[in-house]
This record gives sequence, structure tokens and C-alpha cells, in this order.
Amino acid sequence: MYSVADLKKGLKITLDGDPYLVIAFDFVKPGKGQALYRTKMRNMINGTLLDRTYRSGETFEPANLEDRSMEYLYKEGSHYTFMDQQTYEQVVMEEDAMGDAKNFLLENLKVDVMLFGEKAIGVSLPNFVNLRVIATEQWAKGDTSGNDSKPATVETGYVLRVPPFIEEGELIVIDTRNGEYSTRVKG
Amino acid sequence: MTYDLLHLRAHVIKIVRDFFWERGFLEVETPLLIPANAPEEYIDPVSALPDRQLQTSPEICMKRLLSRGHPKIFQISHCWRADERGARHLSEFTMLEWYRAESDYTDLMNDCRELLQQVSELSRPVAKSFTRNSVKISPFNLWQRYSVQEAFLHFGKVDVLGCLRNGLYEEILTSVIEPALAAYNTPVILMDYPVELAALARTKPGNPNCAERFELYVGGLELANGFSELNDPVEQRRRFEEANLVRRNVGKEPLPLPEPFLKELAGMPPSAGIALGIDRLVMLTAGAVSIDEVVAFTPEEL
Repeated sequence: MYSVADLKKGLKITLDGDPYLVIAFDFVKPGKGQALYRTKMRNMINGTLLDRTYRSGETFEPANLEDRSMEYLYKEGSHYTFMDQQTYEQVVMEEDAMGDAKNFLLENLKVDVMLFGEKAIGVSLPNFVNLRVIATEQWAKGDTSGNDSKPATVETGYVLRVPPFIEEGELIVIDTRNGEYSTRVKG
Repeated sequence: MTYDLLHLRAHVIKIVRDFFWERGFLEVETPLLIPANAPEEYIDPVSALPDRQLQTSPEICMKRLLSRGHPKIFQISHCWRADERGARHLSEFTMLEWYRAESDYTDLMNDCRELLQQVSELSRPVAKSFTRNSVKISPFNLWQRYSVQEAFLHFGKVDVLGCLRNGLYEEILTSVIEPALAAYNTPVILMDYPVELAALARTKPGNPNCAERFELYVGGLELANGFSELNDPVEQRRRFEEANLVRRNVGKEPLPLPEPFLKELAGMPPSAGIALGIDRLVMLTAGAVSIDEVVAFTPEEL
């Protein structure tokens, strides 16, 4: 149980059944008056923002969050299924909660799934993933148009800019933090 | 804290000290570890030993010095208030308090005006002003004054007594009135508080519900709180007990009463006293956003 004295930026609490992240916090106390604890919070499931003011004596449930190492199995409709390799327990995550991660998910990829109680609410990927280019234009030798990149589609369907020398069928390294091309996998 | 701010802070404190010396105030030191502070509803002392608390304000001992015949005194000392921490609060902070016998709160307002003029003139000789949220505040222009009732009606379109009854006083004050005061380019005084909000202040002649208390705001930042002192020990004990009753009702420990203070209060001449936050004065001089910028160490750095 947290008290108002524990409130600070970065604290994760449960409110109305949802996990919230405190993103801004201000302590105000007019002379001789009661202290007010002003917070701005983000719902960690749907991203909505909430302003709440608390007074001394109020308490909060911590958000029961756990990052668990899991393997991505498959997608069915808008559901993504992951499995804990130790316990063989499976969790399903809605596409909405996946964010950009869905662009880089290949079957059997090891990821960290954030669990709120039993519910999967987020996934963090390795910083770099290898994905194969399945479609890109041929680089015309002697092209002097000055373009130093071209679009390419990788096996997850994600489209990004790559250098002109990348060809169809090549394996490339993508930085999952910004979604950009990093390098070519040699060999 | 940067090198420059450490120097500015030292300079501001020297200007303040010189100001009171020049005016014949006696600089005093009173114990920081005391058996009892003045019990207040919403101020929690820090316990230091089984029978000692750190002072939340030096007021108890300083008023005893008034009773003992020292008519003009000042002190710059550290004070502690449990669980107060934010961009404008430190649990341990530096307070200036001064007291004057045979005076009332209007004399303190004049002191404030001269003090802020001297601090701004000597610490910022070119600008001669304070800065808060990019607003320049000049203590040389005519100061704005509102009674608390006027301020609630004018800025919030609500009645302050109604706000007190339904628990909205702090909310309106901090989210409506203080932001409105932040736009003024002169210091602003809020004065004449409902007596519930002034446990140690004298009431106005002919109006037992209104206390001769004022707060000084600069750039919307609460800088000082002063009042005409209550010197009726019976009434003072009643208000302390009332504060303890509120504390019990909200689930807080009642606090011990400062008995020697109550005993000597009958001998205190009609007086006025005020507390001013030194850290906040340095913030205004430096244009600092957070109190963290103006102290050598924050509690988190220790």
C-alpha cells in the first residue's frame, strides 16, 4: 500500500482496476492549509491521461506489474499469443496493446511481456531484430538522382527505408526503438 | 546548486541580516529541539528524541522573548515539517522570523515592503525586481491588497466561508487564486483571514470571526505569513485544543501543548510577528523554478 508521501514521477499504482503510471507530480500546501498532492497519470492499458488531486491520509494499491520473458507463438485475428518457456503458460494480447512491436514480431522471437495480474498489457522487444526483405526495387547502377535510400518491405509486412544496395531476400538488422534500418546481416 | 546561486544565496541572507541590524532589531538564536511546537491542524513536526521535536517555526520561543522584554527581534533558522516536499517545499528549510512589540500587522506589511525593496535593489542593482515564471515583479510599485473574502469573490466567484465548510478552500486558493496572483507585476497581499485559518492571530476589533493575518505573494509564490499576535492565554489554549480536536478527527496524533509559552503569553505586549521563507526569497531573486536550485543539497542528494 502506498501513501500520498510515496507519490512521485514514475510510480505505478492501481486505480479503478487499471494500472496507471504517474507522469507528473506537484505538492502544494497553502499556508496553514491542508496539503494537496496533484498528479497527472497515464493509463498503462489504453494510454488515456488522468488528472487527480489527493489529500493526506489517502492510500493507493501498487500496480501489480511483472515483466516475464516469453516467446511469441502466433497471431489469430487481432490476438497475439505468447508462451512462457518455463511454465508453458500462454497469454493473449490485443493488437491495440502491441503498439509498434507488431511490426517486428516473428514467430519464436523471445520478448518481455508486461503482465498486470493475469493480463498482458505490453511487450518489450530486443533492441535489434533480424528481418528478411521480401520486396524492394532493384537499384539501378549509375543512378545519379541522389537518393540514398529506397522503400523495402520485410517479412512482417513492415515497410521502411533502406540503402539502395539492399536486395530482395537479404536479411537486415532493424532497431526496434525507432523502427529504422541499422545494418545488413553479413554472410 | 551552481556556484553563482550559492553566492547569491549568501548575499541575500547578508542583505536580510543587515536590514534588521540597521533597524535596531536584535538577532536571536532559540533552541531548535523543543518539547512542543504550537499545535496546528495541518503541520506535522518531526520527532527527534523521545521528548523533543524539531521546531516547525521559532515562534514559541521568540514570543517568550517578547514577554521577557525584547521588543524587536529577528532570527534566521532552520525549520522542519514532516512530509512536505515539492517544487516549493523542503522538509527542512530556512525561515526568517521577526517580531515587534507595540505593533500590528500593518507595521509588518511596511517592513515587508522595505525589505523586498532593499533585497531587490542590492542583489539585482540593475533590474531591481524579482522574477517568477518570466514575470518581473517590482517591489517599488504600489502593492496590491485584497482581503481573503474579496480575493475569493473576485477571482473565484465563490464565498470563502462556503469553501471552508465544504473543503474546497485549498483547491480554490491554489488552482484559481494563486495562478491569478502570478500575473501581477507587484507583490500582492492577501489579508484578514477567517479565524479558523489563523490559530495564533488576534481577531480584528469588533469582528471575532476575522483575524489580523496576511500572506505576502510575489509572482504567485507564497513568501511570508504574518499577523497581529494573540496574547490571550485562555483563548490561545482553546485554539490549540481545537487544532488537536481536528487532528484527532482526521486520524492524526494530537500534539503536546507548549505550557511555558502559554504561561508567559499573558505578559506579552501587543505584538506582531511574521515568518518569511528564505529559500523562496532566493528563488525569486534568482528566477529559480524549483526550490532545489537554491539549496546546497536536496534531501535526495544526502
